[in-house]
Amino acid sequence: MPYSGLAEVVKNQKVGPEHFLMEVFSPELVREAKPGQFAHVRCTNQMDPLLRRPISLHEINHKKGSVSLLYQVVGRGTRLLSGMQAGGEIDIMGPLGNGFNIPEGARKVLIVGGGIGAAPLFPLIIELEERHIEQTVLLGARTTDDIIGYGHLAALGIRTEVATDDGSMGYKGFVTELAEKHVKDPAGPDYFFACGPNPMLRELIKLTRVSGLQGQVSLEEYMGCGVGACLACVCKTTAGGVNDPEDKNEFEYKKVCTEGPVFDAGEVILDD
Amino acid sequence: MTDMGVNPAGKGFNLAVNLGGLKMKNPVTTASGTFGFGPEYAPYIDLNRLGAITVKGTTLEPRRGNPTPRIAETPAGMLNCIGLQNPGVSHFIEKDLPYLREYDVPVIVNIAGSSLEEYEKLAGRLSQAAGVSALEVNISCPNVKQGGMVFGTSCAMASDVIKAVRRSTGLPVIAKLSPNVTDIVEIAKGVADAGADAIALINTLLGMKIDIQSRKPVLGNIMGGLSGPAIRPVAVRMVWQAARAVKLPILGMGGIMTADDALEFILAGATAVAIGTANFVNPGATMDILEGIGQYMKKYHVRDINDLVGAAWK
Repeated sequence: MPYSGLAEVVKNQKVGPEHFLMEVFSPELVREAKPGQFAHVRCTNQMDPLLRRPISLHEINHKKGSVSLLYQVVGRGTRLLSGMQAGGEIDIMGPLGNGFNIPEGARKVLIVGGGIGAAPLFPLIIELEERHIEQTVLLGARTTDDIIGYGHLAALGIRTEVATDDGSMGYKGFVTELAEKHVKDPAGPDYFFACGPNPMLRELIKLTRVSGLQGQVSLEEYMGCGVGACLACVCKTTAGGVNDPEDKNEFEYKKVCTEGPVFDAGEVILDD
Repeated sequence: MTDMGVNPAGKGFNLAVNLGGLKMKNPVTTASGTFGFGPEYAPYIDLNRLGAITVKGTTLEPRRGNPTPRIAETPAGMLNCIGLQNPGVSHFIEKDLPYLREYDVPVIVNIAGSSLEEYEKLAGRLSQAAGVSALEVNISCPNVKQGGMVFGTSCAMASDVIKAVRRSTGLPVIAKLSPNVTDIVEIAKGVADAGADAIALINTLLGMKIDIQSRKPVLGNIMGGLSGPAIRPVAVRMVWQAARAVKLPILGMGGIMTADDALEFILAGATAVAIGTANFVNPGATMDILEGIGQYMKKYHVRDINDLVGAAWK
């Protein structure tokens, strides 16, 4: 059962130009936490900004009983979060959402993360590593400073490739261009996991559908309740069956907060 | 469960209210559309402790709802344009209602139609289903083109809908009114004359938000309904006006976040209160509010919650 209540902020550090890493001590939340799930946090104990912010679990530390949230300051809410001090308390709900599911037969996995979207992939990467499943991680961002976790992956000895829009690190271009090479390689991955901006996911889904590579994607959507009640965060899926792929009206909404945020790549429909 | 658990004020204090024939053990229910069909919040609160559960707006046929984004944050509030996404009344009766029957809590079903005939059919179907305690007639949804608010902003149409529902049900009929009108009193009187047993108000206020970067409306449906603390003073005013104009009990709602807020509505004339957006912020909001009302009664030696209803008029 998800936890809902106050928890201690262990640390809240700036780790990039607009990136912060907040560690929260909450054994209740950690107990059931799985890679790909998220926490729903309040940014203030006042009424404005009103809504919680869904933030994916970037680290799940069962030993310490803590989770870490990696977030980017994009508005008032996340700005307030970034101001929270170690030793203080945060109002947190979680773990929420379904999380990633590593399929039985996966032997060689491709991981694709775009910008801050790479954050929820890290607990998954750790789990794959513990299960000795071969993996290649592709990270993409606008520029070097926005690449997250590269040092961490290098320390773990995980094969990692980087793409930046400005060419300041690794390949100059989109991470999907790096992905294409792997996806088309006959000796390449047999499964993939991805999280990042919708244009990246859309391109990746297109690529993998052509080659028949199966995988899971984690989606982001503006969220209200986080528990499946308000129906604000929905995404289009093929769950209801599709007779005519050209028919834009053939889709079924699923809830990102409870039926996601992780979806089978084959079922999501991301509009342009 | 101890008596204290059910009655937060303790022995000798009455929290039970009667909302137009709907007996509630306390005045706290949920606002339609913010609480799903109940199970969504079961991990966070004991549903049995609610005075009633008001479920998501239900239509005759399944509705897919509006395109995303469906939600936007605004100062001390939020806009939504869900568009009455729901699986339809048959699915509700077969799949959702059995779950709710397991609880000892009255179920208020919010119904929305796009014609008088649809309202009538919905009321008929739900009246025959075991476990429905009252109907909240949604004539105030701002997010659907046909039906919804169009029925609630004209006095004659609002009356016609209530009459149609009245004809086809013996359940208590609660008319949920739109605040997007010039004169709430006129509509309140209209639905009272048409046979409503209670009045719920307010639904959301029509609003919108524009993204100055993209220079486009934020919401997929352009406009949406404003809720949260931002609308509370408007809601309190409308409850006050409606409660003084008609004899029917009022289910007050609109930005109630705390027990203090809930008491404000009761003092303005609401017999019961519905908690909506607060659930998103605090999944335990209904219980905290119930607890707080009990503490207020104890502190000020109010033996019966009904003594507070409309007490601000005096």
